[in-house]
Amino acid sequence: MSMLGRLQVPPAVRRGDVFEVRVIVQHPMETGFRRDMNGREIPLNIVDRLACTYGGREVFRVEPGSGISANPYFVFPVVASASGEVAVEWRDDRGATGRVTAMVNVVES
Amino acid sequence: MARDVAMKRRAFLAAGAAAIVARPLAADAQEVHDIRPIVDAITGGAAAEEGGIEIGLPALAENGNSIPFTVKVASPMNETDHVAAIHVIAERNPRPVVAVFHLGPWSGRAEIATRIRLAGTQKVTVVAALTGNRFRIARKEVHVTAGACLDEGSL
Repeated sequence: MSMLGRLQVPPAVRRGDVFEVRVIVQHPMETGFRRDMNGREIPLNIVDRLACTYGGREVFRVEPGSGISANPYFVFPVVASASGEVAVEWRDDRGATGRVTAMVNVVES
Repeated sequence: MARDVAMKRRAFLAAGAAAIVARPLAADAQEVHDIRPIVDAITGGAAAEEGGIEIGLPALAENGNSIPFTVKVASPMNETDHVAAIHVIAERNPRPVVAVFHLGPWSGRAEIATRIRLAGTQKVTVVAALTGNRFRIARKEVHVTAGACLDEGSL
């Protein structure tokens, strides 16, 4: 099963500058501590790994726990080295995965 | 029909009973953990230097389900001197390790932002792992009016 997410990067950055990557993933991040209306436990279900590659190289990784809010949102910096693809991939503890990509255009200053 | 209603009523009562049973569970889950073993596991027993970390959290949060959270660590972020990992620990959450972030010299700045859940008023601890087996630690207290709850209604 594939999951939804949104990725935001600036369309153009100067070489050597730091740009921000913003990603939001649609996921309930069930803690495993909640109960439904019938009193049954809602089992744990969280995104436990999310990583970002830029030009094929990993530039960021997070291992979220149940303390990350539903629809996890992360912002992190990356140094603009060359024009290329920023890809964010994630998976949850049930093996569901998702991937979003965006292009970054690096311009000479 | 009448039977249907009775069944619904029974289910409703059962849910109510379950909610009552769940209460003490919730209280247990919100006990303050001793986070020293967690910090020691990160640092390998090495001393962590206080400060050098800016934690962005509201002083007061109305709801513990989604609290804006930022970390900034002062670091040149070059090959030889950078922040490799940022660990976030919430001592009063049922699972205290909130997240682990991995950065590198390609990050340019040691900064992250996310949204976290907090099960009540507590101190949030951030441990930054730097190159050369160095560590920094900082804490910030947040007052949470209603913790990240355990019942359906809280979402």
